[in-house]
Amino acid sequence: MQPFSTHTGKVMPLDRVNVDTDQMVPKQFLKALTRDGFGRILFYDWRYLPGEKPNPSFVLNFPRYQGASVLLARANFGCGSSREHAPWGVKDYGFRVIIAPSYADIFYNNCFKNGILPAELSEEQIEELFQRTEKEEGYSLSVDLPAQTISDNHGLIYKFEIVPSRKEVLLKGLDDIGTTLQHEPDITAYEKNHAASATMFDAVDVKYYTP
Amino acid sequence: MPPENPPKTLYQKIWDAHVVRETPAQPAILYIDRHLVHEGTSPQAFAGLRAEGRTVRRPDLTFAVMDHSVPTTDRTLPIIDQDAKLQFEALEKNCRESGVRLFDMHSKQQGIVHIIGPELGITQPGQTLVCGDSHTSTHGAFGTLAFGIGTSEVEHVLATQCLVQSRSKTLHILVHGKRPRGITAKDLILAIIGKIGISGGTGHVAEYGGEAIRSLSMDGRMTVCNMSIEGGARAGMVAPDETTFAYLEGRAFVPRGKSFQEAVQRWKLLKTDDGAKFDMTVELQAEQIAPQVTWGTNPGMVTGVTDRVPDPGSFRDLNDQKATERALHYMGLKAGTPIVDIPVDRVFIGSCTNSRIDDLRAAAHLVAGKHVARSIKQALIVPGSRGIKAQAEKEGLDKIFRDAGFEWRDAGCSMCIGMNADVLPPHERSASTSNRNFEGRQGRDSRTHLVSPVMAAAAAIAGHFVDVRSLDVSTIE
Repeated sequence: MQPFSTHTGKVMPLDRVNVDTDQMVPKQFLKALTRDGFGRILFYDWRYLPGEKPNPSFVLNFPRYQGASVLLARANFGCGSSREHAPWGVKDYGFRVIIAPSYADIFYNNCFKNGILPAELSEEQIEELFQRTEKEEGYSLSVDLPAQTISDNHGLIYKFEIVPSRKEVLLKGLDDIGTTLQHEPDITAYEKNHAASATMFDAVDVKYYTP
Repeated sequence: MPPENPPKTLYQKIWDAHVVRETPAQPAILYIDRHLVHEGTSPQAFAGLRAEGRTVRRPDLTFAVMDHSVPTTDRTLPIIDQDAKLQFEALEKNCRESGVRLFDMHSKQQGIVHIIGPELGITQPGQTLVCGDSHTSTHGAFGTLAFGIGTSEVEHVLATQCLVQSRSKTLHILVHGKRPRGITAKDLILAIIGKIGISGGTGHVAEYGGEAIRSLSMDGRMTVCNMSIEGGARAGMVAPDETTFAYLEGRAFVPRGKSFQEAVQRWKLLKTDDGAKFDMTVELQAEQIAPQVTWGTNPGMVTGVTDRVPDPGSFRDLNDQKATERALHYMGLKAGTPIVDIPVDRVFIGSCTNSRIDDLRAAAHLVAGKHVARSIKQALIVPGSRGIKAQAEKEGLDKIFRDAGFEWRDAGCSMCIGMNADVLPPHERSASTSNRNFEGRQGRDSRTHLVSPVMAAAAAIAGHFVDVRSLDVSTIE
């Protein structure tokens, strides 16, 4: 996974609470076999009018936000479905950082598997960033993960909290599976000691079983 | 004297029993007892394994099923949707190569992943169970720690049979009192979500209790746990009891005879100890809950059937006001409209929330001898599994539904997510027993109202929402 340390980029504001993952990647795009290409369809129903014409009233299509790589969002971002297609889309579009007051659990977790930093700030700080983004065209933010700060060119500096183990995963771009497999002997030992739960009990041949 | 063991919640007990490795300030490596897989969120995980030269560690603990995109019409016909077809083929190939048992769309046991897990007895109390699907919380009804994961984690479980996890906080949700007539499990969970909000349970694992929960059948408990995620809680659980054991006995993957009795003795220990502390507690009174209907674009935008569509101005928070305004615009609703005056175009009874035999019986009972209103364009019954379908047909429910003007379909996720041909057209309004009323969920620009099976059935007959409590029906459980 691509490590994350620092990032500076233009901010795009998405001024809606409870943005769910169905909005990020609608169902018709869940029939893919790969993790690629979801940036083009990110926020599909909001972003495109029928016939795939860009919807000029959706913020992602505003000329001033083209090339944005920091997504400024509202509370409970990423609620709903567990589809990892959502963070794949966010990343593929070009966002490296999301800044919001809160996230839904599964989406939050999925971000770390994809080298996206989901930073949390207070509602007041988020509101301030929305105002600054609105006021200044090309408004950008610098995110420093080692220092856990978000800052702009006008002296604003916000500190954000992140669980140290999560931070490490992003900084090092760790491959989770590889790390877990280093403890393979522990897994084998667990399976030996917990035979009741780690064994499948096949009472009948399921082929002939009518529920 | 050794110190007494501190009292534990059910969640803590299951967690502790599954820790493979835990070091301070680090997430634990947690063992996963059962892994369920479907065609939608697994191809990239298998591809990832292959790319790294890894294999499935425990194919015997992994089960796959086709559900999200399967047609609910005649399956002997060729699959028209080429993308879906490729996904089915990929799942078949992945299962064949890795030795994972697959219930394909022609299998007698096929159904929605969260329906067949319990139905086949794959799901058992005290287990950890995961699936690349947020409604995995359903399985918590058995006192199972079950939660949805992303595709990267699916790959992780395939490779290691473990997950890297941090402990969640605990949330106790108590529904006291006796469920009034016409108030179903769906109404309880919608009322809970209405109270705590769709992010109220974020960071928590919920445990449900109280008389109104305990008196539910397993089908009802699954409905409640299913929608835990709609309240933000990744998992929701009900401690197992005699109802649970009676449901499980004799199912395909459940131990039999003496082994079953031994398992029951173990399962009886799976309850929260007296004095165990929850991080948060929420309490409701069942007597105060009316049949619920959502009016907006998330499951927390819900109210009683006797209420009206709310005014955005009635919300204190500015973000809530804006969200409500937007939701009413999307839904094509005016503030102040009585819920019972909202007309419905289509009715969908199905999904992992409400497609079990109890749901179908209740809905059939209500529509027996009546007919779907002329204004209704389509009324779909989609059993959650082929097992349920067969049982319903044995009881003659299919005939009741057909005679009443409903379509009787094959099992799958269907119009809950609209990945197959069962899509709600733009600007049409559904009474749906599913779990999400998000914008575009059932089809682009479609308008979803979440309700219980009896409320959906009643709306089909009347052509608009009605208070089922006013109907002269003896059992509207």
